[in-house]
Amino acid sequence: MIRLENISLGYGSRRLLDNASATFEHGTLTALLGRNGAGKSTLLRAIASIGNLDGGTVSLGGDDIKRLHPEQIARLVSFVTTDKVRIPNLTCQDVVALGRAPYTNWIGRMQDIDREIVAEALAAVGMSDFANKTMDAMSDGECQRVMIARALAQQTPIILLDEPTAFLDLPTRHEICSLLHRLAHEDGKTILFSTHDLDIAMSQCDMAAIIDSPNLIHKPMSDVRDDISRIFGICQ
Amino acid sequence: MRSRNTILFTLLAVAMVALFIADLAIGSTAIHLGDVWAALTGGECDVATRDIVLKIRLIKAVMAILAGAALAVSGLQMQTLFRNPLAGPYVLGVSSGASLGVAIFLLGAPLLGLAATPSLQLLGTAGAAWIGSGLILMAVMALSRRIKDIMVILILGMMVGSAIGAVVEILQYLSSENALKSFVVWTMGSLGDVTATQLQMVIPAIAIGLILSVALIKPLNLLLLGENYARTMGLNIARSRRVIFLSTVLLAGTVTAFCGPIGFVGLAVPHLARMLFAAADHRVLIPASMMSGAVVMLLCDIISKTMALPINTVTALLGIPIVIFVVVRNRSIE
Repeated sequence: MIRLENISLGYGSRRLLDNASATFEHGTLTALLGRNGAGKSTLLRAIASIGNLDGGTVSLGGDDIKRLHPEQIARLVSFVTTDKVRIPNLTCQDVVALGRAPYTNWIGRMQDIDREIVAEALAAVGMSDFANKTMDAMSDGECQRVMIARALAQQTPIILLDEPTAFLDLPTRHEICSLLHRLAHEDGKTILFSTHDLDIAMSQCDMAAIIDSPNLIHKPMSDVRDDISRIFGICQ
Repeated sequence: MRSRNTILFTLLAVAMVALFIADLAIGSTAIHLGDVWAALTGGECDVATRDIVLKIRLIKAVMAILAGAALAVSGLQMQTLFRNPLAGPYVLGVSSGASLGVAIFLLGAPLLGLAATPSLQLLGTAGAAWIGSGLILMAVMALSRRIKDIMVILILGMMVGSAIGAVVEILQYLSSENALKSFVVWTMGSLGDVTATQLQMVIPAIAIGLILSVALIKPLNLLLLGENYARTMGLNIARSRRVIFLSTVLLAGTVTAFCGPIGFVGLAVPHLARMLFAAADHRVLIPASMMSGAVVMLLCDIISKTMALPINTVTALLGIPIVIFVVVRNRSIE
């Protein structure tokens, strides 16, 4: 569960959110929508505790993130960013194994249980056959799945994703979204992801969070048609 | 995979021992392997041979191993931290920073009328190199947070290197003949100028730097995915950067202080280790870089002795082809 209480957020001198509150329950898939530059990434970064809030509190599973250590946060929330990971010699399995970092010792030694979790995570995203392929030899969609598998291996109740469907073709976008849908509904994870794909978001997500600066609109997906057409200027 | 790594590590260890012994035997006067063994173990051999082996060549060979391991590991750390395959202590100006520190100390102190005792000279040279390399590394780290383009960072590093070269020339112009002489000797960069007393300072400094690099294995692995990912996986970035900083300064600064600027080992050897072991995991790459660095440096020393070339020339000739290979391969990926 993610709880935002009266948060204010800015980027440079721009005000993005003012006094916004919302609670994202577990077992729900929420699409974070908004125009370019509305502050979707900034909000996700603030929740993941790699960006700063201007005011208010973010709580993860009931605890204020300001009171948590980086290691504790890493066991609560995992984040799939837009950073490209294309490192020669680094296999998919290695990348997913890094997701076990919050649980391994000082040198990162993997136990049998860790290896099992990594294999399960790869299987969950349908990438088991790619385990020993290197990251510089895969397509964008395959890389994205591996990064999601890494988040799964981190075994956090909350998963954040920044534009996981960007640069992907239509079938792959649908596959990624139904994967997220399954993770939220079958594994009870709280998933929040930013996207510009209104169609897919509306068909797959339970909730919508729309940044309409300086407000955050948080409603069930079925109730946001009017807000979306107003903010995105779509005539229906 | 694991057995392949074991074989490679064994081969590297064998190569290191063989080259170490060869480095003791080869030189302006060739010494028989039996005599090398006798000198090392305290057996029967004539005094001159014993002195050459123990007082000159042994120190030089030990220094080659230390310098090779130190430069390679510092280069590996910088490549991972800056996420830049072309980073290294020499290209990013860290070695130049150490040179500037030493230049200011060796040339500036006499200008101010300060005469140093030998032990103070030793400590001052090392300290000046650490401060100089530390300042440059800090500047590069600060710039890399603002400028994301890795090529710009490289160009800036080279500019800093040139600017420092110019400042050093001005210092040389102003200096007395004596101070100038000791500085010029230092710039020629040689493993052979290291004395047994200096080695007592070099060994602990490099040992601490290498131990820190082993402690950094997990942070470096997480940093492979970039700082954002590393932080969301629980890494304390500020602390890791400080430890990487300290380790790099100790490794690159110490080597530059006592051997002069040695180019391309720090850049090329980590790539050699990656190619050899086909790995990106620092649990493999840190020990692989240490051992490959030692092997390469011993080899360079042997070549430089037999062909009477400065060590820097040999490392450049061996390192630059690897650098060109890396640049070409990276271009083709994009």
